[in-house]
Amino acid sequence: MSGPGDASAAAQHHVPDYRYHTLVVTVENKSGVLARLAALFSRRGFNIESLAVAPTDDDRFSRVTVVVDLESAPLEQIIKQLDKLVNVVNIRELHPGHAVERELMIVTVAAGPDRRDELVEQLDRAGGKVLSVGADAMMLSLVGPPSRVDEFEELLGQYGIIELQRTGRVALANLDEAD
Amino acid sequence: MKMDGGQALIRALELEGVDVLFGLPGGAILPVYDPIIDSSIRHILVRHEQGAGHMAEGYAHATGRPGVAMVTSGPGATNIVTPLCDAHLDSVPMVVITGQVPYAAIGTDAFQECDTTGITQSVTKHNFLVSDAQDIPRTIKEAFHIATTGRPGPVLVDIPKDIVDPDNPRSAMEWTDDVEMDLPGYTPRTDVDPVAIAAAADLIRAAERPVLYVGGGILKARAAEVLRQLAELTGIHVVTTLMARGAFPDSHDLCLGMPGMHGNFTAVTAMQESDLLIALGARFDDRVTGRLDGFAQGAKIIHVDIDAAELGKVRRPDVAILGDCRVAIEALVADLASNGTGGADRDAWRSRVSGWQERFPLSYEQAQAGDELKPQMVIERLRDATPDDTIVASGVGQHQMWASQYWSFDHPYTWINSGGLGTMGFSIPAAIGAKAGCPDKMVWAIDGDGCFQMTAQELVTATVEKIPIKVALLNNSYLGMVRQWQEMFYDERYSEVFLSKDVPDYKAWAESMGCVAMRVDSPEEVDVAIAKANEVDDRPVVIDFRVAAAEKVYPMVPSGASNSELVVPPSQQDQPR
Repeated sequence: MSGPGDASAAAQHHVPDYRYHTLVVTVENKSGVLARLAALFSRRGFNIESLAVAPTDDDRFSRVTVVVDLESAPLEQIIKQLDKLVNVVNIRELHPGHAVERELMIVTVAAGPDRRDELVEQLDRAGGKVLSVGADAMMLSLVGPPSRVDEFEELLGQYGIIELQRTGRVALANLDEAD
Repeated sequence: MKMDGGQALIRALELEGVDVLFGLPGGAILPVYDPIIDSSIRHILVRHEQGAGHMAEGYAHATGRPGVAMVTSGPGATNIVTPLCDAHLDSVPMVVITGQVPYAAIGTDAFQECDTTGITQSVTKHNFLVSDAQDIPRTIKEAFHIATTGRPGPVLVDIPKDIVDPDNPRSAMEWTDDVEMDLPGYTPRTDVDPVAIAAAADLIRAAERPVLYVGGGILKARAAEVLRQLAELTGIHVVTTLMARGAFPDSHDLCLGMPGMHGNFTAVTAMQESDLLIALGARFDDRVTGRLDGFAQGAKIIHVDIDAAELGKVRRPDVAILGDCRVAIEALVADLASNGTGGADRDAWRSRVSGWQERFPLSYEQAQAGDELKPQMVIERLRDATPDDTIVASGVGQHQMWASQYWSFDHPYTWINSGGLGTMGFSIPAAIGAKAGCPDKMVWAIDGDGCFQMTAQELVTATVEKIPIKVALLNNSYLGMVRQWQEMFYDERYSEVFLSKDVPDYKAWAESMGCVAMRVDSPEEVDVAIAKANEVDDRPVVIDFRVAAAEKVYPMVPSGASNSELVVPPSQQDQPR
């Protein structure tokens, strides 16, 4: 095994061995820009795991959080090709472990009166909320790190998911990493 | 000053220095054609919109200035997609203006509507759909800036009819001379990192078997002069790719000619055996590298490119230099001049290179009495009978490879061809565009019979517009390159490649389009016909050279093979490598 010094140096200077990587792309807030991004990913054979887009506090720009699959292409090539798009203003890599990542899920789950207490208890533990309650179903929401949302979604499988929507990941760099 | 959008568009083009516009009007672009009558810009009316696009490319290749084409919406726009893609792959600066249906009609499947910006997104460097007349001057300025800076490329501007139609209030705008560009995401970098330059210079000093691998970027960067300084200062051999023919003189002692699938033995093998490839504005295209894992395995790589995405895309460089080729080469020359070119012993390498040159020159079997004309011989005779700075535009296929191989390019910007996309039919319109931009130079199109039939109608344009290009049609009655592949790799099973030598009657067809036309069947007629063609200066000329169909382009790296498996012509197959 390498010493602790080696390990931390590796963590800082190498792209970690994660399959998915989060990029924050600042783009001009103009019509057609999202199509340009999506078309670039498709024609270069880059796979997207998730994509979230919304205007920033400056309405000239939108912020796109895109999670890319590094099995499809090297990160460097993805970033360089994105940077060639004239409407792309800035690209920032967010290293997993150095960023706060959140995702929102809203979900309708089959849950009759006999199972509701158990479900709500699990929801509380995960930090979610009940949005509405029907005769045989409940609508829930959960905001959290994508891994927690994944786990909760899996847990809901035993109840029966009727309908589900996730937003895709959004992220900000940790405060001490922000520039 | 009050103007309508159409007037503003033409005024903006004039301010960009546009002197020639290639185009064809139609419904949606109609209002813009009215102010053209009063403009200083020369409009050249093409017979097919594809012709307008390739003419703009030919103009750009020959002059270094952006080529400009203007067509209508729908089919006008789709017909120019091929030239856009061609220009995109070969980094040709070009601006294409397309008409569009009125802004409010977009998305309704209106007459001659298509999603032009959507269709052309992946074949342009950038494109714009203009929604307001007031934005026209700024958008034109941005389009020319993007097309001509950084890695050059085609830019399309889609203009809805209502914003240029003086009868529509939406076309009203206020002209001002000083418009500011608004391109926060476009900041091409031209300066180079001095640390990378120093590292590259160290590699050059230490290399025993270095090769300068020169691509089309050298021409785009106007760097032929400094390239020559670098080569002469260091004594390093130069290969010029298909896109860079003429960037370094073929007659120079250090020039090894063209590498790649149909490169000459020495250029290909010198790269294979090299210990340092200095790639300048080249992109490690598959036609140059052959099978990638067998390409120049012992070579370190210095890669200079203005497009960051090319650095490491195909082959990881040991030293990557992002920036303009001319700036980078000047910096390298400065470093090598002041710190020395190093003491590496290259004598053994030079004698290997000259040994290959002696044993494996470009060659073909000379015709015996009574044999059909050899296409290579026609090109050699044409080369010898034309001025040194003649511009040659070729189509795509065997004739393209022979032209690149057997012509002697001693000046930059004298070779125009479709390298990346491989667009058959490129040569005639490209030659017309080149001649329109360089009227004082002789311009020959070297074409094949398959290519000729794709764009020959532009000879009508050449006649009517008095653009006297000359066409050497190498008529072997086949789609020759496909035939060659079928002969070599499909057991001589010829599928759909025969075209007929006599239908069409090329001489009659060319004459009907207003050209002087000749037919040449035998070797002794060749020089006479070329001399006669060279004397014609008031209309286009077409010579139908009826050449042997069985000729193959050698050498050849079979598709998927390593460059070390280069197939040489039969006469050289017993030579020791």
